[in-house]
Amino acid sequence: MTKTGKQGVFFVALLLSVVLLAGNGYAGEGLMAADSASSAPWWMWPLLLLVVTFVMGVAAVLGGVGGGVLFVPIISGFFPFHLDFVRGAGLLVALAGALAAGPGLLKMNLASLRLAMPVALIASSFAIIGAMIGLALPTQIVQIALGVTILGICVLMLVAKKSVVPDVPKADNISSVLRIYGVYQEASTGEIIDWKIHRTWQGLVLFIAIGIMAGMFGLGAGWANVPVLNLLMGAPLKISVATSKFLLSITDTSAAWIYLNKGCVIPMMVVPSLIGIMAGSFVGVRLLKVAKPGLVRWIVIGMLGFAGLKALTKGLGF
Amino acid sequence: MTANHHKSLQASPEQVVYAKVLEKGMLLGLGLILLSFALYVLGIIKPYIPVDQISKYWGLSVDEYLHTTNIHAGWSWVGMLGYGDFLNFVGIAFLAGVTIVCFLVIVPVLWKNNDKLYAVLSVLEALILSVAASGILGSGGH
Repeated sequence: MTKTGKQGVFFVALLLSVVLLAGNGYAGEGLMAADSASSAPWWMWPLLLLVVTFVMGVAAVLGGVGGGVLFVPIISGFFPFHLDFVRGAGLLVALAGALAAGPGLLKMNLASLRLAMPVALIASSFAIIGAMIGLALPTQIVQIALGVTILGICVLMLVAKKSVVPDVPKADNISSVLRIYGVYQEASTGEIIDWKIHRTWQGLVLFIAIGIMAGMFGLGAGWANVPVLNLLMGAPLKISVATSKFLLSITDTSAAWIYLNKGCVIPMMVVPSLIGIMAGSFVGVRLLKVAKPGLVRWIVIGMLGFAGLKALTKGLGF
Repeated sequence: MTANHHKSLQASPEQVVYAKVLEKGMLLGLGLILLSFALYVLGIIKPYIPVDQISKYWGLSVDEYLHTTNIHAGWSWVGMLGYGDFLNFVGIAFLAGVTIVCFLVIVPVLWKNNDKLYAVLSVLEALILSVAASGILGSGGH
């Protein structure tokens, strides 16, 4: 393993250690948690949150996942915060990351505004509905559904293939009317890639479910956006990844407002998380340039599996 | 099809405008969040909930939290900006609002380029996000 690969593994191991440490300091849920947490100095949890989200930011970049999908299950599983506030913070964390990446991706013409807009219209509308459903359901039910979803994401990460430039023989009627196509230059080869998409209506239907899940669990939805844009609709992988990241800035905006208006935002949780995950992402990007993070990706899948099981067992009351 | 719709390696005019507004808004929003959090956590502006008391509340459900602390949901935070903790909502709301502005500023660009369908889509998206932001879809039981 390369030196940077070892550094990546070290960061992920550090994350596991810190969340387990947090788990030991946290004895329960709800009012019990409030009593437990109040015995510790007030600054301990925000500081721990800063450290965990920093490592999470590094691991997310190296593992090729968004920050939100790690944030919600890990923080809700191992910290004394109620799921309502974790989901609010998770959406804002995913939103800030997407807003930070969006301008560069749009300027480089890797994120496609024409591809994102019809998709965003569907996903953001249903993210509002998802957020309202998520806040109306009992916490235990949401926790169980979250656990199942996270375990599903693990399976998706294990089995989903990627296609660098999918074969799209003919653009379909909807994408032709909407003029969803483009060109980009592959930096590694200098090749000009001419792309178009197909199966647009099927993709739009799937974004109904993606929007609902993003809003319901506060996860962000890059894990679902990329396979749909790439494998189903036929957008090249780089366009799919970049457009997905940009798309989160719209989908998560609509859901974040619902959580904000419901009162699910505690600045002492949100701001350390934002700082931690963004700083971690900067470090992760620097490591990514030289690392081959295959092993880290496996560890991230393992962490998600662990966090998913924790969410499931917590929801089931074990 | 106008010349503007031909494939190009360069981003379209509306995409560039969107990116520029998004970049400025994002930087301003993050700056506001960092500044207000510093004022809050350093105790320069007194918070509504003392920092050493906040851990008593973050384990409660949002309904219990609002009820116990007598905080009202929705846009009521605007009336509490004199408190350090609520001052943080300015930057957070700014970040959550910048996308609405982005969609509105590209409408004239799209219209000028005779891309009326996407101009309508932009207005619709801005409307959807504004409805979510308005709080009319429910803002808690308080």
